[in-house]
Amino acid sequence: MTWTAILLAGAGCYLLKLAGLSVPPRVLERPLVERIADLLPVALLSALIGVQVLASGPHLVLDARLVGLGAAVVALLLRAPFIVVVLVAAASAALVRLL
Amino acid sequence: MTGTQLPLDPAERSSIIRDGLAVGLATGAYGISFGALSVTAGLDVLQTCALSLLLFTGASQFALVGVVASGGAPLSGALTALLLGSRNTLYGLRLAPLLDWHGWRRMTAAHLVIDESTAMSVNRESTSAARVGFLSTGLAVFVLWNLATLGGALAGTALGDPRTFGLDAAVGGAFLALLWPRLTSVLNRVVGVAAVALALGLVPVTTAGVPVLAAAVVAVVVGAASDRSPGRGARRRKGRHR
Repeated sequence: MTWTAILLAGAGCYLLKLAGLSVPPRVLERPLVERIADLLPVALLSALIGVQVLASGPHLVLDARLVGLGAAVVALLLRAPFIVVVLVAAASAALVRLL
Repeated sequence: MTGTQLPLDPAERSSIIRDGLAVGLATGAYGISFGALSVTAGLDVLQTCALSLLLFTGASQFALVGVVASGGAPLSGALTALLLGSRNTLYGLRLAPLLDWHGWRRMTAAHLVIDESTAMSVNRESTSAARVGFLSTGLAVFVLWNLATLGGALAGTALGDPRTFGLDAAVGGAFLALLWPRLTSVLNRVVGVAAVALALGLVPVTTAGVPVLAAAVVAVVVGAASDRSPGRGARRRKGRHR
């Protein structure tokens, strides 16, 4: 199942890239398509954050992951690079679990 | 904009290549975290490397792994990855006239259409400069991203229980870091908050993976609705200036 998902996503992501290089611009270059394509990452990444940090199976729980996210916000406000943000989130959650 | 066919000055050429390599190195670091988080989510090292080789688009890979980590079906993870990958189509539209590649060259180049290669080529003034920027960045990122993924996956496997190191919390941090630069407008922030609310509301009543996919509806609805208000306003403003 995981392999099927990987291969499907791989083929699909490649075709999406190729479509952009091959399709005549007038087919896809419309304001509505641009706006939705621009908002899709915002909506999906936001939902992924929510589920990743607060969901545990079918339940919503507050635990060390939320502390990790808070630390990531601080790191981003301080303009830390990607890898530092990820490490800060992990380290602060691990620290809370130790206490 | 269609590129002109001017020969590229060697100094400019090597400066473009240097920039491409620097971007490749920076994204390599980010590949390490992808590798480690992917094995933490339950994928094996081979599957993790296959994701970086075949999808080769960071946010989509993180999304697939994130959905699997939260217990969702891999196929709903794949669907989320495709929705996120759709932005590469728009990059391609902008790059096509500039890079001006056809046949097998275009088929090969397509795999390298990502945020970084687009950013490093879309503003060049000639086709030759755009091609050098696209290829140097795309290839540097491709090589380093895949090596870093392997390194991160091996390291993640060696770490043992991911919760001890807070790696489950790191996934949320990674998504936030990807989202952060996009939170520039009020509209985007409203979409983000609405998407979180909808997804969390669905967590108790749907199977894992569905809440994230459902959040795509927010983007479609707001995208369609915002034509009426800010879009028309912007056109009016533009009209006044004319």
